[in-house]
Amino acid sequence: MQVLYGRHHVRVYRFGLRLVRDEQAAEDLISEVFLDVWRQAGKFEGRSAVSTWLLAITRFKALSALRRRKDVGLDDEAANAIEDSSDDPEIAVQKKDTGEALRECLTGLSPDHREIVDLVYYHEKSVEEVAEIVGIPENTVKTRLFYARKKLAELLKAAGVERGWP
Amino acid sequence: MMALSKKMLEHEPSEIELLLPWHAAGTLNARDARRVEDALARDPELAKQYAAIRGEYEETIHLNESLGAPSARALQKLFAAIDAEPARAAASLPLSARIATFFAGLSPRTLAWSASLGAIALLLQAGIIGAVLMKTQTVTYQTASLSTGAPITRELGASVAPSRALVRFTPEARVADITALLDSYQASIIGDAKGGMFRLQFDKAMSQDELAALLSRMQREKFVNLAVAAP
Repeated sequence: MQVLYGRHHVRVYRFGLRLVRDEQAAEDLISEVFLDVWRQAGKFEGRSAVSTWLLAITRFKALSALRRRKDVGLDDEAANAIEDSSDDPEIAVQKKDTGEALRECLTGLSPDHREIVDLVYYHEKSVEEVAEIVGIPENTVKTRLFYARKKLAELLKAAGVERGWP
Repeated sequence: MMALSKKMLEHEPSEIELLLPWHAAGTLNARDARRVEDALARDPELAKQYAAIRGEYEETIHLNESLGAPSARALQKLFAAIDAEPARAAASLPLSARIATFFAGLSPRTLAWSASLGAIALLLQAGIIGAVLMKTQTVTYQTASLSTGAPITRELGASVAPSRALVRFTPEARVADITALLDSYQASIIGDAKGGMFRLQFDKAMSQDELAALLSRMQREKFVNLAVAAP
């Protein structure tokens, strides 16, 4: 367990943190994830990589944690509609550096879009693996990322950053 | 909120266009990667879009790497939770591992008491068998003369002590690969050592030569980096 934890806990934490947006909650999340792994090790069928299995559990736990947040009291649809306060184009427009503006805009994507961008770019998951983690068809994975990128382009454009696409 | 142009919103992506992010991340299979490469060489607009994707890819990594790492509190919380439920965790292990886990979890004092109780049970069993076989003879004296608790425990340990090894698996080994390997060698993981090594126990005791031959074979397995005998 220590080896498994040592190898994967940072990425699990970062994935969880991007979903729950709270460091304390993300730390609680990884404890829950690895405890589940400890309990369910016998059920792992080996059809996917361990990291894919871990990220799927993390996602499920993060969404459950978000639902439990009574102070927010939102359903999924409403939660997904929320964008980070830092996605304000007026903030991003002040950024001189394109990379910094891009990071601001990446943070400002909706949870669904942020999640898929992270899984593909940072966690280097294939179409099939993302479909497994998120629980959506492979074609939806491809189109969701396309529209996430379009939204990103829109935010960048609002921030005055032109990249030549679209 | 500034809107995208109507043309852009109506734009239906091609199949190759949809695959560009995975090409940037290097996670496409060889066939798709070749298709994307060919399309990029032919289509300057696609190449321009791909350049934008490369920027997104780099900044996403930059952003995630800047998130830091969890504190030691998470690990402490995890192991406290695991310690609180040893029975459930052991239930999912193979029988041999469950037995090993069970005995490993006992305190020395509990183990000593268990060994004493086991010795008494053996004596009772020997007495009953002796009584049945010899009928007219009294059996307790002879059997009891062999029956100090400590030697029995030591002798049992020496005669059936299963062989052990330290093994390091390759980074790409998945849980299923390791499980299959352990099954094929009739071995169980009984703990982990330093440097990513796992302590294995085989289901039977082996001579030094037998163990050396088996570890040599194990060393050649695809998912094993190192396999050495453990004390």
